[in-house]
Amino acid sequence: MGIAETPSGSARAPMQVQRQIRLPLSKAIEISLKSIKIRLSRSTITASGILLGIAFFSSVYAARLFPVKGSSAEALAAANRQDYLAVMALIVCFVGIMNAMLMSVTERFKEIGTMKCLGALDSFVVTLFIIEAAFLGVISSLAGWLVGWLITSTVHMFSDGPRAFGGHFWLGTLVQLVISVGIGLMITLLAAIPPAYRAAKMPPVSALRTEV
Amino acid sequence: MPSHEYVVRTKGLIKEFTMGDQTLRALNGVDLDIRRGEYISIMGPSGSGKSTLFNAIGGLDKPTSGSVFINDVDMAQLDAGELAYLRCHTIGYIFQTFNLIPVMTALENVTLPTVFAGMATDEGIERGMEMLTKVGLEHRYHHRPNELSGGQQQRVAIARALANRPSIVLADEPTGNLDLKTGTEIIELLRELNQNEGVTIISATHDHKMVDISDRVVWIRDGIIAKIEERSEIQLTVGGMAGEDV
Repeated sequence: MGIAETPSGSARAPMQVQRQIRLPLSKAIEISLKSIKIRLSRSTITASGILLGIAFFSSVYAARLFPVKGSSAEALAAANRQDYLAVMALIVCFVGIMNAMLMSVTERFKEIGTMKCLGALDSFVVTLFIIEAAFLGVISSLAGWLVGWLITSTVHMFSDGPRAFGGHFWLGTLVQLVISVGIGLMITLLAAIPPAYRAAKMPPVSALRTEV
Repeated sequence: MPSHEYVVRTKGLIKEFTMGDQTLRALNGVDLDIRRGEYISIMGPSGSGKSTLFNAIGGLDKPTSGSVFINDVDMAQLDAGELAYLRCHTIGYIFQTFNLIPVMTALENVTLPTVFAGMATDEGIERGMEMLTKVGLEHRYHHRPNELSGGQQQRVAIARALANRPSIVLADEPTGNLDLKTGTEIIELLRELNQNEGVTIISATHDHKMVDISDRVVWIRDGIIAKIEERSEIQLTVGGMAGEDV
């Protein structure tokens, strides 16, 4: 590998285009999935947080697919209360995920530092954390939506009977599925951004033993 | 004048750390020239500035003033991308704590630098197996770090450090976490690699066993180079070394 001199005279390392530092997406996904697998208990706890938050959200809104009981004023008041609770659940969820991810970053400072010594760019580290978060987000949101929907549907099956499950029900279900997963994924990704940014800023020297 | 004779040069390296309102000078003007293909050990007690010098050479830490040239390239002029490129292609790192990625097998660990370098997967695997064979671990390629002994992990780490055929290998206390016998094996491996592959090896160490295979030993104390000795000048006696108390 030769060193070229730029016209201004300063020596710069050549950047051969076909050999730039890269992290192929397939490889990034591979590494992220393995990281989730190997820290299964931590991943499960994080996933449970998302699952529960989205399950509550989903159960509240699934109930709206069924015929309303009681006066519309009562129903409206109940709906407002539920909206408030659902939003609170999601906020708590968000905070929990951010905490779990920050812990994960702190635990892995040596690993991150090492990867940088091997030539990883800051963006690689961010990518790895975001992919991990996205994967956890989608899977847990899906599971959460299902749990919430199942609970609500089972309850209404007994109180309303099979008539309640008409055509509009399934369309509404599909819409709610998409919204639940969408919100769950969005929350997880938003919560993962500060920790991922923190991870990216970890200096390579953290890979070494600490000694002045 | 072919300056490629010196793979690493430092000029007037000064590194200060501010802790609260106190400033600590870890390095106080270090000039060091390291020849290509050399095996050089940096030795010194704790707090001597050994690690700081090591970090500066490896581009892991920016000095307060002074410069470090690797292959005549001033490290301070490089941006983050170029620095990453340097770490990927030109410098290989070996750590006291091995620092293998726990989720990956030995082969995957060794091929990671080749992935960053943009090498195709098949080529990378070929190179990885070649390196593992060099360190004698080709039959353990599918094992994870927690299935390998300390010595074996360090061997994998050495294979990883050499994956992209770097000019320089920086070894930070490579035998620090190894017992006497395993440490000796690792030192022997490094000696072989230095002589057969012509890789320049710079190690920061406490281990006196490394002196025997070093071409030069740099003694650092209180942030300055106290002494540089050629291998032939060092007298090893049982229990210590003449010149150790500089």
